[in-house]
Amino acid sequence: MDVPKTGEFAHIGKSVMIKGELSGSEDLYLDGQVEGNILLKGNNLTVGPNGQVKANVDAKGVIIQGKLEGNLHATDRVELRKSAIVNGDIATQRIAIEEGAYLKGKVDVGKDGK
Amino acid sequence: MKLFRTPGPDKPSSPAQTSQKLSRRSSGLGELARTWSTDEGLCILDLGATSPANIRHFTERGHKIYSEDLLTASTDPALVTKDEHGNVVLDSRQFLEDNLVYPAAQFDIVLCWNLPDYLDESLVKPVVGRLWSVLKPGGMLLAFFHTRDAGPDAPCYRYHIMGPDVLDMQPIVPQREVRRGPTGAIHRAVVQGFRLQRVFNNRHIENLFRDFASIKFFLSRDNIREVLAVR
Repeated sequence: MDVPKTGEFAHIGKSVMIKGELSGSEDLYLDGQVEGNILLKGNNLTVGPNGQVKANVDAKGVIIQGKLEGNLHATDRVELRKSAIVNGDIATQRIAIEEGAYLKGKVDVGKDGK
Repeated sequence: MKLFRTPGPDKPSSPAQTSQKLSRRSSGLGELARTWSTDEGLCILDLGATSPANIRHFTERGHKIYSEDLLTASTDPALVTKDEHGNVVLDSRQFLEDNLVYPAAQFDIVLCWNLPDYLDESLVKPVVGRLWSVLKPGGMLLAFFHTRDAGPDAPCYRYHIMGPDVLDMQPIVPQREVRRGPTGAIHRAVVQGFRLQRVFNNRHIENLFRDFASIKFFLSRDNIREVLAVR
């Protein structure tokens, strides 16, 4: 999944910077900067190649192509693409990591990502 | 201890430094694998470059894995400082404030791979000391050392666990410009690949792990001395 079509996802472009809590009930494609917390229970988050996130993330599925600093909890799955740089712990049910991805943190794979 | 500090002429990458994977058997890994195949819920620290294979290997078995690429972390330009003689060194105190920050006695197993051979001299002992403290009593540490003068261009590998005693070795090809090295030597190392810093002999290794309860050596055919240290 690369850049999804607008309409399928809420889209935060690369020139956007958000500080605070980000929550919602639809899938989100994030290519900008976010500092705070991201809460998308039951929905998916994609951090695009330009995305820079300093936040704890709670979502159903998460795909990281950019940079994430914070803990990541996904009830379904996490994918770290080859350009991903993640500093933080990951708790999820399933995980896929491409060659070249960078991770500093714990990986805990269990039922419901707990 | 043989040091490889002398700057040499730039050389093109050898065929061994391409990204092709080599496979090797590891007796030390085989001994560790007996632990993680029988015990449940182990806490494992992998200090090599992020390896999807290792993460998959441990999470499929219900263990918790922590991944921390210390060699890359050691190239942070902010670590550069000078000692009392004016020599450029890396700030080990700052390094340990930024890395290996875990509660005492957290891990059952630490996978060092070839880290001590490639890590900057100023960081080796402090790092081993910190690893001792984050290992549980009885916890085990696996490290690989070159057994002979392999030269400073001996490729630095990332290790992927493929079976109970089988490793794939993949030469590390630095890609991220933001992680370029701080000092002359390390900077060059990151551009061309990490350079072998020294060769430890048995006595140096015993001294390095002197706080551990026991050390076991495994000699392999590819001139690598595998060390399994138990806290």
